[in-house]
Amino acid sequence: MDAAPAGSSASAAAPTTGFRKLRKLGKPRRRRLGSRYALIGALFVAPAALYALVIDFGPVLYGFYLSFTKYSPISRSGPKPVGLDNYRTLLSDPEFGKALLVTGRYVLQVLPVTVAIALGLALLANKAFRGVSLFRTALYVPHVVSLTAVSMIWLWIYSDQGLINDALSLFGLPPQKWLVTEGSALNAASAMRVWKALGSNMVLLLAGLQTIPRDLYEAARVDGANAWQQFKAVTLPGLRPMLTYVVAMDIIFLAQGFSEIYVLTAGGPLGSTTTVNYLIYTEAFQYNRMGNASAMAFVLFAFIAGLSIVAIRLGQGRRT
Amino acid sequence: MRQWPRVAVLAFVTGLVLLPFAWMISLAFTPEHEAFTGASLIPQHPTLDNFVAAAKTADLGRAFTNSAIVTSVAVLTNCIVPVIAGYAFAHLPFRGSRLVFYALISTAAIPVAVTLIPLFLMAKNFPLAGGNDILGHGGSGLLDSLGGLMMPYLAGTMNIFVSRQYFSGLDRDYAEAARIDGAGELRIFTRVYLPLARPLIALVAVFSFTGVWDDFLWPLVVSASAKSTTVQLAITTFASSGNTRYGALMAATILVSAPVLVVFLLNQRRFIAGLSEGGIKG
Repeated sequence: MDAAPAGSSASAAAPTTGFRKLRKLGKPRRRRLGSRYALIGALFVAPAALYALVIDFGPVLYGFYLSFTKYSPISRSGPKPVGLDNYRTLLSDPEFGKALLVTGRYVLQVLPVTVAIALGLALLANKAFRGVSLFRTALYVPHVVSLTAVSMIWLWIYSDQGLINDALSLFGLPPQKWLVTEGSALNAASAMRVWKALGSNMVLLLAGLQTIPRDLYEAARVDGANAWQQFKAVTLPGLRPMLTYVVAMDIIFLAQGFSEIYVLTAGGPLGSTTTVNYLIYTEAFQYNRMGNASAMAFVLFAFIAGLSIVAIRLGQGRRT
Repeated sequence: MRQWPRVAVLAFVTGLVLLPFAWMISLAFTPEHEAFTGASLIPQHPTLDNFVAAAKTADLGRAFTNSAIVTSVAVLTNCIVPVIAGYAFAHLPFRGSRLVFYALISTAAIPVAVTLIPLFLMAKNFPLAGGNDILGHGGSGLLDSLGGLMMPYLAGTMNIFVSRQYFSGLDRDYAEAARIDGAGELRIFTRVYLPLARPLIALVAVFSFTGVWDDFLWPLVVSASAKSTTVQLAITTFASSGNTRYGALMAATILVSAPVLVVFLLNQRRFIAGLSEGGIKG
């Protein structure tokens, strides 16, 4: 991060810079504490651990069980075990297959555009100049406002008399129904997600850029490397860990797209924006098919894990 | 590259990124009939009517009260439960504590959809709530209640991670010294380390605040009436009622987003530092 500012905000910057070093120094001195302290340590952890057991681990296990059952919360009987039926049905369910494709396409068309633009912006902002933090803050605003709220703004932007159709009319082009046309609805949502993720990606990549030692650029310049060669030989390798992190995070968030779909298109037209998360929601809470929805959730889990692992492998692979 | 083209490009992109917000503000102050005939970025006849309309519809007042209560409780519990756990992981390790730590932070990788249905059923079958008997049958449990809204927000596991990172950076000798003076462990935590952890508490508070205030899917599932509506749910009622009144919708969106924006702008350094450290969520 940038140089520590004066006064109280200096302590605020501490989490990133100061104590990383301290931690390294502190490690060798670690020694076993008495068992009394260990007991107290366990007691301090207990509330958080118990809560996670009830709110995270329990539900994951129960959800996994539900995915092998048929269950409607309205009926008087409990979940009825059906073995692998739900998963088998999903294999041949065109609606679910389409939702997976939509989700995959959504991730793949938002991710590269966002990361590329964010990287460009981070490179521009990396040279320190007055006011750079102003740009950083401004670009970050879309990330802070909830997905639901920004979707409301974009609902207007894409509307008949909204910003985009207004701009088209300047060129004498007819207005388009962006959100209710099968060909454009998912792209419309994607454009909004690019806009929303830009700032946070840029901030992270900028933090990554600032960890690259300046002397490496010096050395490259001495060796006669031009800007592009410097970018390939110094910037990209140095940025790789942060780039990998950013891509993995983007995948995890984008693959769970829901609020924007709910607001902008409600999954339509003709299921062209029905992401897996949206399908799970309708399956579970409109049709009360909890077992089937749970199976979908675990396939989504595997899908996200798979994509993230591929991204992380790619991110680490070329370094060696 | 020279300075000015760099700044010019950044300024242009920043302008584009902020443009939707400029229009949001503009529309909120534009009379409804004008918005339909072609609004301009600077409203010709600025009005507060949209804010009045927004406040009247969609139980916005109720939503604000509910969201404020739920968020406050979540911020409070998140500043205690995960923080004290993170402290123990850093300074009071016990047999297997590393394993417990990694198990806890691994939950951050679980997609929301996986736990959503079980959590819903848990809220529904919560014992002795909403007319349920001790076995959790017969009533609606915590559904459509503030308790149900709060249920999954109380102790985020990422906050344990951030807390352990922070306390690992603080010297252990303080604790040793206090122990020699005969202080108990809880006292050492509250009197020695907690006062040093104010930046951490602020970070946890800010992230918990925005995370809970902005959440949409869980309230959508658990809330069934105005009784437990939240700000994010309230704004969607404007959009889903057929002929959307964009002026009132934008006014409501501004009101709902203002608290997080204020919190962000007041804490932006901390926020961005925390994000870079790995506290990214939502």
